[in-house]
Amino acid sequence: MSEKSNLLQGPLKVVNIGLDSFADELKSQGVEVQNVDWSPPASGDPRMAALLSKLGS
Amino acid sequence: MSFVLNKVRRAMYLDSVALMRLSRAIADIDGVEEAALMMGTPANHEIMSDAGLMAAEGRTAGGGDLVIAIRATGETVAEAALKDAEAQLEAPTAKSEDAQAWQARTLRSAVAAMPGANLALISVPGDFAAAEARKAIRRGLDAMIFSDNVSLDDEAALKREAANLGRLVMGPDCGTAIIAGTPLAFANVVPTGDIGIVGASGTGIQEISCLIAQSGGGISHAIGVGGRDLKSEVGGISTLMALDALRNDPATRHIVVVAKPPGADVTAKVLSRLADAGKPATLCLMGAEPLDLPSNVTQVYSLRDAAFGALGLDAPMATAPSEPAREGEILGLYSGGTLAAEAQVILLGQGDSLRSNAAIPGVSNEDGTGHLILDLGDDVYTRGRPHPMIDPGVRDTPLIEALSRTDIAVILLDVVIGYGAHDDPAQHLAQIIAEHRTDASPHLITSVTGTEADRQVRSSQLNRLVQAGVHVAPSNAEAVYWARALVT
Repeated sequence: MSEKSNLLQGPLKVVNIGLDSFADELKSQGVEVQNVDWSPPASGDPRMAALLSKLGS
Repeated sequence: MSFVLNKVRRAMYLDSVALMRLSRAIADIDGVEEAALMMGTPANHEIMSDAGLMAAEGRTAGGGDLVIAIRATGETVAEAALKDAEAQLEAPTAKSEDAQAWQARTLRSAVAAMPGANLALISVPGDFAAAEARKAIRRGLDAMIFSDNVSLDDEAALKREAANLGRLVMGPDCGTAIIAGTPLAFANVVPTGDIGIVGASGTGIQEISCLIAQSGGGISHAIGVGGRDLKSEVGGISTLMALDALRNDPATRHIVVVAKPPGADVTAKVLSRLADAGKPATLCLMGAEPLDLPSNVTQVYSLRDAAFGALGLDAPMATAPSEPAREGEILGLYSGGTLAAEAQVILLGQGDSLRSNAAIPGVSNEDGTGHLILDLGDDVYTRGRPHPMIDPGVRDTPLIEALSRTDIAVILLDVVIGYGAHDDPAQHLAQIIAEHRTDASPHLITSVTGTEADRQVRSSQLNRLVQAGVHVAPSNAEAVYWARALVT
């Protein structure tokens, strides 16, 4: 469905999921970042979260 | 008798760095023996149980719940510490500076808000990381997974799916990358240049890219792939994709590959792909035997030789300090795993006997004899605690103990700076040394992995260490050679 990765051509547009400090450091470099206010999906059940991701949710 | 107190905050999430900072503050309260604030994932349940921190309430926590676990000298102290922890959780500083602004709650809404998003940087708890990465690749993003604790099966399945979609997955456990001039996670500010690196090791990429920068060269891209990419189960999927990308990248003139030695099947694939790349390449497989190589590939055995090989220069050797040699062994207290591996490669190459908790082929485990090289970033030391590159305090206890040892000739250290790393690791080390060093203490030798453009500024770190009486070598490899020169 997708073409091959052309990541190396840049510029990076980063979705940050997890440590807020990574988003802050990228912003300080002038990189375009969307930070996700993440919390564990599926009430924190990793097996259910994995299943949901496989179903495309 | 200790008192263990747990409180579960349902459906509350803070990232692991914020929680480790709070855990440390609570553990420092008088009368508190141990404290942890952790999400209730299966891996964290095990860590808290092993630390004697679990009570009945904590065991009810799910992965989406936050556990406050305290072990104290008595119930009153524990209750007071819990109150303190809850107050700190409510404080606005517990979240990042952007907490007040609108933020996407899902990958999907983040991509909608930023058309053209091309990379997901994932550092959620390992139990959930593969699921987030799968969502990213299916939406057409490449992924860098900083998280560890992702199963090998999940990694292999994710990378196979990504390869079918034409997407690159860096990691899991990918600590360092530099893509199109942007340092990601634990990386250094290095000039843009024509050397491309593919690395299964974070500190390996850092040391090589910084040595290249110090000698006037630059980096086109440094693509991290995670420490297990070259295992047979994964088959080097990301490494091979990264090599293809660098082959097609006009900015890359020379390719460097740094990793632990893979199995024969994966080694053959990597060599074949390097041959196809048709560009000059330097291969550094830490601890590997000499290989039969394609004509465009040169094998080297240390990070320093990888950097200078890529530059087409002879690696220099700085003169060892003029100090009297001491009887005894070398004790390496490393925060960087691949820097510890490089120390082993060099000492082994000199015919020394040595041991390590992260032994390369030919080196015995900690029960052996000879020099001892410890990787303090190993899981044994970092389970539920920050990595020593984030919190240099992890090294304090073994360092203080070593400073009083007369049977050790040299204490060998590393200092790694850059994005993600501690604000001033040299100052932290200098303070410990000033408080605990005596005339009978072993020699102290280190190197500083970093650049002048890093926020900690390499020369400032170096000067602070020299003032503290530490010999600072230009590279980790030279630090190891210096250490040997000061041992009788």
